Amino acid sequence: MSSDTNTTFSTSDIAAVAKPYRLQYEEAQESWVLLYPEGMVKLNGPAGEILKRCDGEKTIDAVIRELEKDFEQKGLEKDVMGFLDIALEKRWINLTTPSS
Amino acid sequence: MENTITTSSDHAAQSNAAKPGPPLWLLAELTYRCPLHCVFCFNPVNFANVEKELDTENWLRVLKEARALGSVQCGFSGGEPLLRDDLETLVSEAHKLGYYTNLLTSGVGLTETRAKALKDAGLDHIQLSFQDSTKELNDFLSHTKTFDLKHKVAKIIADHEFPMVLNCVIHRLNIDYIDKIIEMAIELGAECLELANTQFYSWAKVNQEHLLPTREQLVSAEAITNRYREKYADKIRIIFVVPDYYETRPKKCMNGWGNVFLTINPEGKALPCHTASMLPGLDFPSVKDHSINDIWYESEGFNRFRGDAWMKEPCRSCPEKENDLGGCRCQAYMIAGDPAAADPVCDKSPDHHKIQAYVEKAQQPQDKQMTESPLVFRDPKSSRKLDEEGIVF
Ligand code: SF4
Ligand code: SF4
Repeated sequence: MSSDTNTTFSTSDIAAVAKPYRLQYEEAQESWVLLYPEGMVKLNGPAGEILKRCDGEKTIDAVIRELEKDFEQKGLEKDVMGFLDIALEKRWINLTTPSS
Repeated sequence: MENTITTSSDHAAQSNAAKPGPPLWLLAELTYRCPLHCVFCFNPVNFANVEKELDTENWLRVLKEARALGSVQCGFSGGEPLLRDDLETLVSEAHKLGYYTNLLTSGVGLTETRAKALKDAGLDHIQLSFQDSTKELNDFLSHTKTFDLKHKVAKIIADHEFPMVLNCVIHRLNIDYIDKIIEMAIELGAECLELANTQFYSWAKVNQEHLLPTREQLVSAEAITNRYREKYADKIRIIFVVPDYYETRPKKCMNGWGNVFLTINPEGKALPCHTASMLPGLDFPSVKDHSINDIWYESEGFNRFRGDAWMKEPCRSCPEKENDLGGCRCQAYMIAGDPAAADPVCDKSPDHHKIQAYVEKAQQPQDKQMTESPLVFRDPKSSRKLDEEGIVF
């Protein structure tokens, strides 16, 4: 499985949760949620695992490798890129391209 | 402040047997005091009866207990919450506990100093409302003073990097100026504008004949809104809420009774929504006497209309009941005279003709009405008078 060619960004970019969203784990709901003015999005398991690694420092590539290691799985790139594409469209995240 | 609260969680309606989910949304109505006199104010008509407000200690305990149950959004509203000088203390505690904190304000009293203190306390968001801020409605319509104030406050909000949602209550007297309102919101740099048509509770119910727009006004306002939506799609999100009297199915009120919303009123009474205190025969507990856990899971008031076992016909056997759970209990009480009836907004309700009659009446010119029964502005004096007359809304 290769990377999705439709996405407008690459695995060398860096993703971070965008303002005004805030990501946090909610014990009572047993899930990660995105909070924003007067609202909440409850994330499913994989979405939460991906977003919590988007810390504004790691590249997407590093996020994918970390997930593959932590969950002992291979070939997660397509799923991760697919989700980030949706997250970007919903303005949950923003992306930066590291200089150099 | 008007609350148009949305929670896009996938929290399903509770079935009767299942334990209800947590009170995800905590609305702390800190005070009924307010420098403004909005004719559509959603505070109870008899608000002036509340003399003693819940103290700081009790509010701090409420925040802690609700958070422990799973509350995650916290709104500070009123009245005008800025009139409480412990607001910063409460916001700071809420922030430390992990809430997403929202301030719902008219902006009156939001000085540079307080904005900074609130930022330092960890406030996440400010919802600024446009109000008919003086007794001269013209002042709002020509929006000179209002505009000056909002301009100043909007700048303070932006300078402190708070995300800004603007809320404007729309009604018969200002709906024709909707283009100006949208332009003002864009100019002020709001990320989101909620154009909330008046829902007819409390003071808006008292003033209903002055406030319910004509069908024509509504259609035109929606068309204008859509035009702006398209033109400024990247700049601002515009939400337009239709007054439900023009609908044939009710709203799923509060996303289900005792399902996600917990309101604590200024004297510490816990309510499933901020108008529920009008309902007869229901005993809503005070946080002074009970824990939030007992209130949410055990109290009669919160359990009364959970799920659908309480329903009567036509709701009981209705195939659509999961969509709206029979609508709003307060509306059922106000119009059908029974809190367990179908919301009369529904065209299956035997009382729907009453809604139709309101709507029909609204199509007529109302100049005469204006002079016969003048607008009632929300203030303590009118509150006491209406209370004496036995108006409960
Ligand atoms: S008078 Fe206006 S500003 Fe004050 S609480 Fe009522 S609606 Fe809000
Ligand atoms: S009959 Fe009751 S449940 Fe059915 S749509 Fe109307 S209000 Fe909702």
